[in-house]
Amino acid sequence: MKHLLTLLVVVLITKPSIAQMVTVCKTCPISTLTDGIAQAKDFDTIVVKKGTYKEHNVIVDKPLTIIGEKYPVIDGELKGEIITIISDHVTVDGLFMINVGNSYTEDFAAIRVKNSKNFLIQNLVLEKLFFGIYIEKSRDGKVYHNKIIGEAVEEYNSGNGIQLWYSKNIEIEHNFVQHVRDGIYLEFSNACVIKNNVSALNVRYGLHFMFSNDDVYQDNTFENNGAGVAVMFSKRIKMFNNIFKENWGTASYGLLLKEINDAEIEGNIFEDNTIGINVEGTNRINYKHNIFKNNGWAIKVKGACYTNIFTENNFLYNSFDIAYNSKVNDNEFNKNYWSSYTGYDLDKNGIGDVPYRPVKLFSYIVNRTPETIILLRSMFIDIIDFSEKVSPVFTPDDLLDNNPQIKKLTW
Amino acid sequence: MVTIENLHKKFGKNQVLSGVDLEISEGGIFAVLGPNGSGKTTLIKSVLGMVIPDKGNITVLNENIKKNSEYRHKIDYLPQIANFPSNLRVKELVKMIKDLRKPTNEDERLIELFKLEPFLDKKLGNLSGGTKQKVNLVLTFMFDSPLIILDEPTTGLDPISLIRLKDLIKAEKAKGKTILITSHIMSFVEEISDEIVFILEGKIYFKGTIQKLKTKTNQPDFEHAIASILTDNHA
Amino acid sequence: MRSRWSYVYFAFYLLLGIVLLFLNNDLSKAVITLMNVIIVLVPLIGTIFGVMYYYNSKEFTELLLAQPLKRSSIFLGQYLGVALSLSMSLILGLGIPFVFYGLFESSAIWDFSLLLITGTILTLIFTALAFNIALSNENKIKGFGYAILLWLFLAVIYDGLFLMTLILFEDYPLDKVSLIGTMLNPIDLSRTLILLKLDISALLGYTGAVFKQFFGTSFGLLVSFVMLTIWVVMPVLRIVFKSKKKDF
Repeated sequence: MKHLLTLLVVVLITKPSIAQMVTVCKTCPISTLTDGIAQAKDFDTIVVKKGTYKEHNVIVDKPLTIIGEKYPVIDGELKGEIITIISDHVTVDGLFMINVGNSYTEDFAAIRVKNSKNFLIQNLVLEKLFFGIYIEKSRDGKVYHNKIIGEAVEEYNSGNGIQLWYSKNIEIEHNFVQHVRDGIYLEFSNACVIKNNVSALNVRYGLHFMFSNDDVYQDNTFENNGAGVAVMFSKRIKMFNNIFKENWGTASYGLLLKEINDAEIEGNIFEDNTIGINVEGTNRINYKHNIFKNNGWAIKVKGACYTNIFTENNFLYNSFDIAYNSKVNDNEFNKNYWSSYTGYDLDKNGIGDVPYRPVKLFSYIVNRTPETIILLRSMFIDIIDFSEKVSPVFTPDDLLDNNPQIKKLTW
Repeated sequence: MVTIENLHKKFGKNQVLSGVDLEISEGGIFAVLGPNGSGKTTLIKSVLGMVIPDKGNITVLNENIKKNSEYRHKIDYLPQIANFPSNLRVKELVKMIKDLRKPTNEDERLIELFKLEPFLDKKLGNLSGGTKQKVNLVLTFMFDSPLIILDEPTTGLDPISLIRLKDLIKAEKAKGKTILITSHIMSFVEEISDEIVFILEGKIYFKGTIQKLKTKTNQPDFEHAIASILTDNHA
Repeated sequence: MRSRWSYVYFAFYLLLGIVLLFLNNDLSKAVITLMNVIIVLVPLIGTIFGVMYYYNSKEFTELLLAQPLKRSSIFLGQYLGVALSLSMSLILGLGIPFVFYGLFESSAIWDFSLLLITGTILTLIFTALAFNIALSNENKIKGFGYAILLWLFLAVIYDGLFLMTLILFEDYPLDKVSLIGTMLNPIDLSRTLILLKLDISALLGYTGAVFKQFFGTSFGLLVSFVMLTIWVVMPVLRIVFKSKKKDF
């Protein structure tokens, strides 16, 4: 499918002679995009020259390629949605779209793809928007190299940067999204690939999954969002090589996992978050080769979580490595490096001879009485942590890493 | 020279001085005597401002000593037990005290007098008690102050140094200075002092010449005179 | 003031710095270990040295008292002598190995400077407290006892009581209580200052508005430094006051 699409794009771009070219400019016979679309035939290319076009509710109802030259401005004048695509095989490229209408009843977007296949949306710059790119009941599309900069302050009156709803097989790559509600939002959307995006300073989440399965996101950076990424009620999500940074605040986290099964979390970096990963009711998740650095809590586990396996991760200078709110443990920690490990390695095999207990008594106390956080790193706390380590009373006594690494792991 | 009026001092429950009045005129050697714990050292330290009196006034050379430190420029004091910082060298100590007070060349003569040259580069912690006392004496006598206070100056001195000390004291007296001495060596006191001040139970019991004391107690010699005061009062 | 012990102290820190850096090879980890050293060991050493110095140099003090010097300048001089030589030992002892390690190119330099600053302030505070104890106790053994007890109380017991209070009254709003509790103990205060650097991520997770204001802005840093300064000034003033009244 993907190959076919690529071929199509190549054909469209390299052999314009097959299709006709329609030029839109302020002084041309065709001076609006709406007009251009009306004049064009299927598979034509519309070139929009530099200028400002005050248009909204532009419907693309035939397979067309719309290319902006030197970023023409499409100004929606806050009147509603700007472009709606309802046909397959549509490409939109190189437009500067501003002033999407705001509404409490309708989700106006800068560009909406509705019930379509094989679309390509790229090189757009979106500003002053409500929703940015809204993909609805569509499949086999690509969203590349877009820059979305909103002005969201509150959750209730802002929209998402890129939203997928009941869609399938969409590739979202190299986009830059900031200051919206959710940077990228997927609901009931499966088999999507989200790659190399930067999602920062968003009011709610950098990336948000709801009821979406078999998606992959990798090599993205999530920085300074209300919370980094939320994966909820989804299955078989792969999360590779992403960076989760500086998600600070009350109950803020790099990654939230809620009711998730069978996910792979590999090679990610969690740095300077209040909570690295917040885990609630997850099963069969593999955590491997991740780096947790300078977080308040590297991992906070709530509720029943079964058969989660943490192997070969680096836990570096977190205030707390793991927090548990129950005494039951069915998760496995093995071969991780813990910077606060104080054991020894007499047989020099690179593995500490004493198991490491990642849950401290103090993290249990802080869970109960949050104000006690102010005593963090006090000598008294070290003493009670030590006594708990020797004979666990409040923390799960089988929660151990039996093979703690002596040296920081490299892959 | 020194005027003490109605001096009271209590250490905890222990009343050490209870109403001392004393007038010490200019010139001459005064010995402050008394049994152990009679308040000799406390009296001297009050004059030096090291002990803060509960009540009473002290003036030294017409200056009230309360909240004052400048008058100590006019006093040379030899403390009873000299324990100096042990990691300091003799030379450094002398230099330091000179820096604190004023430059003088008198120290060279005194060092020669007490034969201290070999010890100049030694650390004070390694010196014997007698040598330390000699250093102590050098520090005291090197400034030319009108009032000299010596607390047990003879401690640990060999006979030759003792003779030198006596000469030194006499020489200072000849310059018209006032010298206050406490000592347990009666022969030393008898030989050197012009007047004695006898303290008993926190009060001045007697002040006057040795001759006067002998007359008062009807004893032929000084040691017995002192002894009789003590037996009379403790019998 | 020259003292063999300040060299020992210097050598100790030098060794500690070298061991931490060259055995660990990890600056961030070294900074965390150092924090523990600074908030526990520095007050202890300041206390012991302060008391020890005072008792050891008692006769010398008396010698000085007979000289035309103001009492306050004698005691402040001695206090500053001890406190500054300890501070210098700390700063040089830890600083030299870290500079050789390449601290200036590292981002940890701010954390490290903060550690040294708090270390110095703690030295000033605890030496002053030690002098106060020594001035008030003629008996050496008693003086030492009280000094150690003071350290133990501020370093460990206080936090224990503090923790118990917070847990016992957990149903009440405790934001202010916990911040005030921290302000009253110089060790906790310095610890908080360091936390602001090392554990800010965790601290910002707490909900209380007072906490947020304190940790989220430079307000916390400012208040902590002001309080620490007060902690230095108060005991020093008492040294001056007490020394004026004292008999020798």
